[in-house]
Amino acid sequence: MLAIMRRELAVYFRSPVGYIFLAVFYFFAGYFFFASNLFGMNADLGGVFGGMYTLLLFLIPILTMRLLSEERGKKTEQALLTAPVTLTGMVIGKYLAAVAVFAIGLSVTLVYALVIATMASPNWAMVFGNLIATLLLGMALIAIGVFISSLTENQVIAAVGGFGVGLGFLLLGALQAVFTGALGDIIGAVSFHERYHRFSLGIFRFEDILFFVSVAAVFLFLSVRVFEKRRWS
Amino acid sequence: MIEVCGITKKYGSKYALRDVSFTAREGEILGFLGPNGAGKSTTMNIITGYLSSNEGTVKVGGHEILQEPLKAKTLLGYLPEHPPLYGEMTVKEQLCFTYDLRRVRLNRREHITRCCELVRIEDVFHRRIKNLSKGYRQRVGLASALIGDPPILILDEPTAGLDPQQIIDMRELIKDLGKERTVLLSSHILSEVQAVCERVLVLSNGVVVADDKPAQLSRNLSGAGRVIARIAGPPDEVLQTLQGLPSLALAEDLGSIEEGSHDWALRAKEGADLRRELFFALAQKGWPLLCLRSDEMSLEDVFLQLTKGEDG
Repeated sequence: MLAIMRRELAVYFRSPVGYIFLAVFYFFAGYFFFASNLFGMNADLGGVFGGMYTLLLFLIPILTMRLLSEERGKKTEQALLTAPVTLTGMVIGKYLAAVAVFAIGLSVTLVYALVIATMASPNWAMVFGNLIATLLLGMALIAIGVFISSLTENQVIAAVGGFGVGLGFLLLGALQAVFTGALGDIIGAVSFHERYHRFSLGIFRFEDILFFVSVAAVFLFLSVRVFEKRRWS
Repeated sequence: MIEVCGITKKYGSKYALRDVSFTAREGEILGFLGPNGAGKSTTMNIITGYLSSNEGTVKVGGHEILQEPLKAKTLLGYLPEHPPLYGEMTVKEQLCFTYDLRRVRLNRREHITRCCELVRIEDVFHRRIKNLSKGYRQRVGLASALIGDPPILILDEPTAGLDPQQIIDMRELIKDLGKERTVLLSSHILSEVQAVCERVLVLSNGVVVADDKPAQLSRNLSGAGRVIARIAGPPDEVLQTLQGLPSLALAEDLGSIEEGSHDWALRAKEGADLRRELFFALAQKGWPLLCLRSDEMSLEDVFLQLTKGEDG
């Protein structure tokens, strides 16, 4: 697993993908920070994290689109699947590499918080709440992207699919108002927005953490099953 | 070392393999022969755990590939038909990655250097794989399969796409590797299997149609004791004399190739050796025996006969 993770991390920075992801991430995060904090004379980093909620939808598929589809397309998965590594280890290794690059990007918000701290006193509970919420949201979206990437050998389809499914999950909250009764409750239960919003207010609930971790676990499990199924078909 | 027992693989409703069973002993070079689509790669993919069979079991070093995949895979080095290499990596990075992936405990630097020396890729050690020729990529793939010193090597058409000199080098290398390892080698190049393998398994339409030593296969199919004799003598009298030989089962006139002589296909009775009787009978008559050769089938003939009717 560690060998796979190390390789994937190296690939991100050997190809333009890692740099493009970080450049776009830093550009927009910087823009949000400038617009809502520096220009707006505001110590609340909520504006930065609020913008990232949408930004992640577009950026995460860039990180995940090639993870498994490229292996399949170039048939290099044969090396991994015939090596003494479990399927779970292989999928998690790749997943953690993408999470690590995402975390590198996200860490810039800590710099912004420190910049704010030199001029004002930020609400640290909200800063860390937002940071953890964005991290958990990113981890869930990355797991969804990994799953979509396991379904196809075409990276463009993997990227568009990852974007579509991620957008669907994020927009579920809006649908809750349309449906009433049990269906509305179910949609509300799987909506990302409500839980993300609670974190961003500095409200830590174990079930919200568990929700995002579970979404990631379910999609990673499904990715493993896709590989397992292909072996049998 | 490898026990394959009754494996069947279906793709949809089509059988790729049907009840295939065989064993490969320790230190044996076993050849897999068969036309394209016969099931060679599928068998190898099942043995290495890349695919699963619908029925049957595969044991590698006593470990069932589905029950104890990690233990079984540790014993295997696999070179698929298209080496699974990462083009953006250098040879060094690729081999180091394989070393880490297989969790090898040998001295990293020495071991990787030794693998490179074995397949002679030291000169491209720092080059990117995507810039290498097909022959070098094949050798890097083999070096990758050798990482961790696995006692079993599975090589799927290892000489495909190589030039003649590279093919000779690769065969020599496989023979050397086979001195200490069990090697399973697939090919549809018959001379290759004949040159390298101690035992041959012929697959046709997903079924094992023969399993023997290459020479024995030829003998079995062509029939023991069949010889071709070129005799300088009057054909009618020669035939009469031949029919008088106690060990002769059948004599057939193949016509005249060399002036003043006829070629005869002679088949001896089971277990008998015709050659001495033939020599003395002809000597008594004063008819020179210009040529006498065994009429065993070449591996090509064996292959064609065994896979008769196969598509592609």
